[in-house]
Amino acid sequence: MAGLELLSDQGYRLDGRKATELRKLQARMGVFTQADGSAYLEQGNTKALAVVYGPHEMRGSRSRTLHDRAVINCQYSMATFSTAERKRRPHGDRKSTEMSLHLKQTFEAAVMTQLYPRSQIDIYVKVRVGLTLHLVRGIIAEIDFFVIVHKHVSIVFQQILQSDGGNYSVCVNAATLAVIDAGIPMRDYVCACTVGFVDETPLADLCYAEENGGVSSLALALLPRGGQIALLQMDARLHQDHLETLIEAAMTACKGVSKVLDEVVRQHLQEASVLTGE
Amino acid sequence: MLKSKTFVKKTRSGGVMKVVREHYLRDDIWCGSEVCTECKQESTVLQKDACMESSLCSYPHYLVPDTNVVLHQIDILEDPVICNVIILQTVLQEVRHRSAPVYKRLKDIIHEKEKRFYTFTNEHHRDTFIEREPGESANDRNDRAIRVAVKWYSQHLKTFESDTDGLKVVLLTNDQGNKQKAQDNGLLVYKCEEYVKSLIANPELVDRLALSSDDKNEITSSKVLFPEHLPLSRIQTGIKSSSFLQGTFRASRDNYLEATVFVQGEGEDSTEVLIQGLQNLNRAVHQDVVAVQLLPRSEWVAPSSVVLQDEGTAKDDEDAEEEEGKVTAVEAARKPTGKVVGIIKRNWRPFCGMLNVSQIKESTRHLFTPADRRIPRIRIETRQASTLSGQRIMVAIDGWPKDSRYPNGHFVRSLGGAGEKDTEEEVLLLEHDVPHQAFSQAVLSFLPKMPWAITPEDMMKREDLRPLTVCSVDPPGCTDIDDALHCRELENGNLEVGVHIADVSHFIRPGNALDKEAANRGTTVYLCGKRIDMVPELLSSNLCSLRSNVDRLAFSCIWEINHKAEILKTRFTKSVINSKVSALTLSSLEVRFHMDSETHDPIDLQTKELMETNSMVEEFMLLANISVAQKIYDEFSECALLRKHPAPPPSNYDILIKAAKSKVKIHTDSAKALADSLDAAKVDGFPYFNTLLRILATRCMMQAVYFCSGMDSDFHHYGLASPIYTHFTSPIRRYADIIVHRLLAVAIGADTTYPDLMDKHKQSALCNNLNYRHKMSQYAQRASVAFHTQLFFKSRGILNEEGFVLFVRKNAIIVLIPKFGLEGTVFFDSKDKVSPNIVFEEEGPTLSVEQHKFHIFDKVKVTISLDDSNIQHQKIRMALIEPVIPGVSVPAPDTERPAKKQKLDH
Repeated sequence: MAGLELLSDQGYRLDGRKATELRKLQARMGVFTQADGSAYLEQGNTKALAVVYGPHEMRGSRSRTLHDRAVINCQYSMATFSTAERKRRPHGDRKSTEMSLHLKQTFEAAVMTQLYPRSQIDIYVKVRVGLTLHLVRGIIAEIDFFVIVHKHVSIVFQQILQSDGGNYSVCVNAATLAVIDAGIPMRDYVCACTVGFVDETPLADLCYAEENGGVSSLALALLPRGGQIALLQMDARLHQDHLETLIEAAMTACKGVSKVLDEVVRQHLQEASVLTGE
Repeated sequence: MLKSKTFVKKTRSGGVMKVVREHYLRDDIWCGSEVCTECKQESTVLQKDACMESSLCSYPHYLVPDTNVVLHQIDILEDPVICNVIILQTVLQEVRHRSAPVYKRLKDIIHEKEKRFYTFTNEHHRDTFIEREPGESANDRNDRAIRVAVKWYSQHLKTFESDTDGLKVVLLTNDQGNKQKAQDNGLLVYKCEEYVKSLIANPELVDRLALSSDDKNEITSSKVLFPEHLPLSRIQTGIKSSSFLQGTFRASRDNYLEATVFVQGEGEDSTEVLIQGLQNLNRAVHQDVVAVQLLPRSEWVAPSSVVLQDEGTAKDDEDAEEEEGKVTAVEAARKPTGKVVGIIKRNWRPFCGMLNVSQIKESTRHLFTPADRRIPRIRIETRQASTLSGQRIMVAIDGWPKDSRYPNGHFVRSLGGAGEKDTEEEVLLLEHDVPHQAFSQAVLSFLPKMPWAITPEDMMKREDLRPLTVCSVDPPGCTDIDDALHCRELENGNLEVGVHIADVSHFIRPGNALDKEAANRGTTVYLCGKRIDMVPELLSSNLCSLRSNVDRLAFSCIWEINHKAEILKTRFTKSVINSKVSALTLSSLEVRFHMDSETHDPIDLQTKELMETNSMVEEFMLLANISVAQKIYDEFSECALLRKHPAPPPSNYDILIKAAKSKVKIHTDSAKALADSLDAAKVDGFPYFNTLLRILATRCMMQAVYFCSGMDSDFHHYGLASPIYTHFTSPIRRYADIIVHRLLAVAIGADTTYPDLMDKHKQSALCNNLNYRHKMSQYAQRASVAFHTQLFFKSRGILNEEGFVLFVRKNAIIVLIPKFGLEGTVFFDSKDKVSPNIVFEEEGPTLSVEQHKFHIFDKVKVTISLDDSNIQHQKIRMALIEPVIPGVSVPAPDTERPAKKQKLDH
């Protein structure tokens, strides 16, 4: 039995996209009223909810306080039903802890933390499978539960609700919108995308089947305007010589994502200004 | 447009999971036709006037074959007559899953521009994608997808009807149900047979049609001859509960009613199951993977020693023969015996052979006898029998119904007249599985564009060694020169010696079609007067050949050596060289059956006269190979590709020691001791003795093999007495060297690595293929030598020659004729004569025939003649003249003795 053909001779991928095409990206900001900022984002079948609290005073152990800037606190979790096989623990396992750490690093690079010394920003992201926008009510219930458990954290709350590949980048994109929704100043949008390398061709925005199909993948978070890289992560084996082409492809993909995010933000503002009568 | 695919899948642990996949349907997939003005395609594949002269379709048309047509009638599709074909993605995917070889052939056709095959990605097209309906099987869904795509095409092309002469799309299917449904949908649909028969201009195509299942009933009697094969599911349960055994079916060469099934057990242990009788063989063909059931112990039999050829006529009259095949056996000799209950995997390939033309003149059904005796005869249908008789042809098996004595097949192509040189060469290449087709377009597309020149980028990681005087040493007429040497004195008084090897890995990049083709071929095969290249000629004879006075890329291994010949420094570098002279040519090598001047593997033909320059080159090549082996092993201990030559078990040498005992003593404790005692073994008045001993010694050796260092612990090369060894010096003609080049290039930072290079399992699989190809190429070389020897004796008639006894067998002696390097067997028992009194003694070994006792190395005189009674299996026959044994030896026939220094005509 032959394995999956990730890229056909005609240049189509498993799901019918071409090598550089992104998945369908949809987002909505301000999905919760209780939180300071929130956003829901779908990138293909990967769905994430991000919630931001803060900036606020340090809670819990005061010793972590930084005197020149804000502390960013991230928590990543996956809904137990977000993958094909039910997960036992929604967060706190090694994968989630690692992902939380990556998110923290990304946003420390992007958020202008020096404006809020001695305070704290909390980001929560959750990934989930199989639900669409109209089910957001159910999600809210779950998030409230989270808030109760983690009272000591305060700014961004990101959750992946459904996972079909590219969890990290989807989290980053959702969290960016949530941070913007919270009105926290950032240097630029942080846009992230995963890319893979197959048959000497970089594939943008991998789906789950591709991520598991033996592709060496790379996740990159970019501040698109200045072209600075906020985070670059790769676990697979790839030759140095291919790295440059791969990063280039990732940056192009991130710029594509940033366009969509920008549109979402502008539309949200328009809606908000209509509501407030301005 | 976005579609979501949802399906349920069973996990490995047995749970059920739901899988949700996105599917993007596009509107930018073009039709690929020249006539279309709507699609915004850059280039078109399908022609406007797609004319194939068919009596069914008088208008221009495109063909759309369905999956089964592609799988079974690929021979037809490959014919140059068939062009302008649309291959749907559905079909391509199904073929990919069902048959890797057909998939590769299909891809090759698609790549060929003249064939005009267009791949239409219908599964991603918004108008042609369909969802599987509840209750619909995957196959039915795919059939429907094909029909929908054909429908789309015919409507799409209708828009341009005015400027075309009624261009249409024709679906080819062999499935009655599918055809009916297509007709209901108003599509043009034909069965493959119908269509091919309608091609009036090319009637010969009809013979290449594979027989479909409907036709089988027509040509066979209704009598059921074989038990039904069990379905795969029952076989699997049977194997799990160990009531059946799974193994490879190996037919016997000598007895068509007997076979063994080789069952691979856990780890090392494996068993063989004997199968006897047509019923028990149950339509299995040599090399099939089958399931066998053991018979009760009381029915076990011993392998029969009878030679039985299937001489049966086309009628199913096997009963009489079968009685003969069953020989009551001695209790002790009985072996586990079983019967085939099902076929797990067929391993059919096209077979070479000849046609036995049917006695009935008008008959179109004929039996075909394959050259390989292990393959049963095949019934084919052809109208060109009279032209094909006397020709070597290829036939593929289509199926073996249970009511047919012989499998059914179809004619693939003719190779030419039997006995002709080109034909026989083709046959031996095919029978030894040597890939020898012309390189496909896809492969050639990866060649560098001519005119080729060295670019500054090429120079970045290379040393410029052009100022050095580099020279190559090769036999005259050699066009694939892969090595060159230089030597110069350094300022400190030491010598610098460099070996420069063609940098083939610069041109063959990992993973592309060229690389895959070379990896599959594994080696260049040298036959008498013919060479089958591993890489296209542009590389082998031009860009990679280190010809004189042109700049060439090389991979160099450079040593600093002092005057005591001690190596002080070793380094490796990619370089550019300009070979100044290839003046040193070797003239008096024994060119006749000379195979390979640098193979360090034991070959069993003549020892060659070596010139001193040649052996100097060899020494340095050996040194380069060893140095490189050490380097790549140090760098990649898990995935270095090395070559080993296992020490033979001491018992292998018994025959050598016994044979030499009366004259000299042979030490076999180590390779060195053996070599020394062979050097010392000389007998006065018997100059050929030493050569004979060496030939015997070579027969005791094991095969040298490639292996991956991560998969083995014994690296020793016995023949060269080196602890580590590899092949580095002939990348033009051996693929192993290309891999070694890549490893070395990575080790010195001159090139990049890729995942497969570092994967020891993949390396190991590659080694297996290379070992197989090397073995087959050696067999092919020997077969080629044998064929040319036959040609020689055909022109000479009967000869009398002196020879020496090389081996003594139970009923024969094997005689070596030094003059021709020819080996032959003199049998003492034959069917038509009363056998003489023969006594064989293991100790010695000796064979007494009547009064005379034969020892190894005895001088004898024999007649040599060609036995061409069987045109497919011609052989050299020898008969004894001296010593004279009444009733056994033959009188010396009167023949002109040929002149001493006669050359072969080849």
